[in-house]
Amino acid sequence: MADGTRRPAGRGLPSPLEDARARIEHLARDSGLDFHDVLFELCDYDEMSMIAAYGGFPTRYPHWRWGMEYLRMQRAHEYGLQRIYELVINNDPVWAYLLDQNAFVDQQLVMAHVYAHADFFKNNAWFARTNRKMLDTMANHAARVRRHIDREGTHAVERWIDLCLSLDNLVDPYGATMSPGPAPAGTTPEPPWDLRDADSRRAPPASRSPSGPLLPTRDVLGFLLARAPLAPWQADVLAMIRDEALYFLPQAQTKIMNEGWASFWHTRLMTGAILDDRGIVDYADHHAATVVTRADQLNPYKIGLEVFRAIEARHGLARTFEARRTHNDVTFLDTFLDEETCARAGLFTWSTDRKSGAAVVDSRGFAEVRARLLFAVSNRGDPCVRVTDDDHGGLGELHLVHTHEGVDVKLDWATEVLANLAHIWGRPVHLRTRVEDHDTLLRHDGTHLVVQGPHPTDAAATP
Amino acid sequence: MLPIEHDLERFRQVVKGRVRRDLKRYMASGEMIGRHGDRLVSVPMPEIAIPRLRYGPNGGGGVGQGDGDPGDPLQGPSGEGGAGEQPGAHLLEAELPVEDVAEILGEELQLPRIAPRGHAHLAAIRDRYTGIARAGPRSLRHLRRTFRASLLRQLAEGTWDPARPRLVPERDDTRYRTWNARNDPQSAAAILYVMDVSGSMGREQKEIVRLAAFWIDTWLRTNYHHLETRFVIHDAVAREVDRDTFFRTRESGGTLISSAYQLVERIVAQHYPPGEWNLYLFQFSDGDNWSAADTRTCLDLLRARLLPQLNLFCYGQVESEYGSGQFYNDLRGDVANDERVVLSRLPDRESIMQAIRDFLGRGR
Repeated sequence: MADGTRRPAGRGLPSPLEDARARIEHLARDSGLDFHDVLFELCDYDEMSMIAAYGGFPTRYPHWRWGMEYLRMQRAHEYGLQRIYELVINNDPVWAYLLDQNAFVDQQLVMAHVYAHADFFKNNAWFARTNRKMLDTMANHAARVRRHIDREGTHAVERWIDLCLSLDNLVDPYGATMSPGPAPAGTTPEPPWDLRDADSRRAPPASRSPSGPLLPTRDVLGFLLARAPLAPWQADVLAMIRDEALYFLPQAQTKIMNEGWASFWHTRLMTGAILDDRGIVDYADHHAATVVTRADQLNPYKIGLEVFRAIEARHGLARTFEARRTHNDVTFLDTFLDEETCARAGLFTWSTDRKSGAAVVDSRGFAEVRARLLFAVSNRGDPCVRVTDDDHGGLGELHLVHTHEGVDVKLDWATEVLANLAHIWGRPVHLRTRVEDHDTLLRHDGTHLVVQGPHPTDAAATP
Repeated sequence: MLPIEHDLERFRQVVKGRVRRDLKRYMASGEMIGRHGDRLVSVPMPEIAIPRLRYGPNGGGGVGQGDGDPGDPLQGPSGEGGAGEQPGAHLLEAELPVEDVAEILGEELQLPRIAPRGHAHLAAIRDRYTGIARAGPRSLRHLRRTFRASLLRQLAEGTWDPARPRLVPERDDTRYRTWNARNDPQSAAAILYVMDVSGSMGREQKEIVRLAAFWIDTWLRTNYHHLETRFVIHDAVAREVDRDTFFRTRESGGTLISSAYQLVERIVAQHYPPGEWNLYLFQFSDGDNWSAADTRTCLDLLRARLLPQLNLFCYGQVESEYGSGQFYNDLRGDVANDERVVLSRLPDRESIMQAIRDFLGRGR
């Protein structure tokens, strides 16, 4: 049965790899890394692409976009553009997938890398409330969505998932991890007695509290879950998408740190104890590839690695452990990125030349780079939006405010997002933002967009 | 089979939707190409992104790494800025089964399905009860699968007692039979393509023919169990070539259309007895023939020898600045009343859609 897909508990690694793994685990623990058990599995490229397309999990709910991702990865592989060496998921036990074509040295490097990720998952404060049984929860989500599809039809459910996904970055990045809030569904495996009690199955999901978050709130999904007129299956899907978004949130908040930490440790472990002379060139080659820089893109491995090295040089190794426990990317860069590290990492700001449309180097000044960098990692680089009113103009219309930080939202997408929001809310929705330095109110009733600005009044917003 | 195949299939449905929406553009652009023995059609399309609230391009810029002084253009492969942040800019090459593309073509152009000649079986769409669903009418309950689901559930709950094997199915355990539609075309067909490759047919004219032929193949292929294609080119003499040569060859000689008709007649006589084959003749030309005498020979051949054996004779006149287009008028004056004859003009790529509609709209 497809919805009962359970992988055997680890196919295990062949013996030379298993020996290497045991040694690396031992070294990692000796060095002070602290992690849940890590289960490794070897995958061929197809399996690897599938798991990567599923966002790291072997089982996800059915949806077209996994298929598209899978196809993209297959093509990239065919053309030799991309290779996925490893995937690791935050779970207890941690699951890690290794590509079976990796050279032996690569596997060692990747395993050392994985153990450092596992340490980060377990110890970084922003991961403290993540669901450590997510592997099971994802499989349960898949089973639930399949059930809804059987009753409601593929098209209806898939369309609904598309709507919810288009809002899945509108969650509260701090509420989720710092306050109890609605408990993430599936923090404990769904208990079997749930299955027996037919009534509890029909009840709305636990995370659907009757009142919902207080206004104003950034938790748009949580708000809709509590207040929008949803059929039980729609609420169930929405809750599921929200749980998954919250689960992935800390990973987006700590991308630079997490990769930096893993690179910092794979370097230490590999060059310190694991490598012999034969492997050093392969290692150097692979390592160079992971920290390669491209002019227009930040390589989180490289920046994170440089900063962790700077911390070690200045404050000692103990301080790096402390940093990985308490910080996220924003506070990490704010605290530890200094002029010297910035220069050594070769950072600069760039912008698009208005006339030629080409990207040009702007500045290598530390203040500029730091400001730009912090902006790019704040709120994962997404605009910050709050629901401020659920009865706007006394007409039951939803009102949202975008806190403008100098960059406009992408208008065509914002329009589609508003249309989706209106569809879910069942009434028109408003978004107050700034467009080209003018206060602007976007109102969408599900079919039409009305743009008002500059300086609209609330009265004018209602027909 | 990996579970993701199911998601890939769902994505193909999305791609189908896009092809349906943009069919006219796809038909004129020639971006679609057959693959893997023409069982698959490759469809280039932008990646589909789920819209989210994001920053727009007016903040254009960011932080980079590497060499360069202020004012220098960024080094590296992409100078467009905001790399990777413009969804839809990435092209993805999806593949659809040729049947799916034909289905879209048929629905959008409202092509009737072809009723093959002779005593061969009709193409049949049949519903077969081969699937299992969680929802359905009581009359279609599948008891064995229901009890299996019930057993699985009880095992998971821990209430299964092998010493006292008792299964009590609940509502959610119930499984139902469900149907899948199957399309089983039975009969065979052959398409004979004839093209004038004399000097007056230029590159663009050949491209139009190539595109039209792709759609004709696509449609006929799914209407028949078995489809063969033959290619004849001619100037003053005719010869049979493979598909590749057909679309590439350019000669400079004169034009004797009758030479091609004679060759077609020989091919049919040797390989395709009309009692067993549904035969299609598609001729593309700019409408110039060497002499009125040869045109008379052509018409005689058509009437007496070819038409009686054919399901359909389609003449597509690809307009070129050199061609007189006289042959179209000759055919119209002589055989246009025959229901097996379709004449169409293809002045440009945009007209391909209409020509296909003309050619295949008769359901023959």
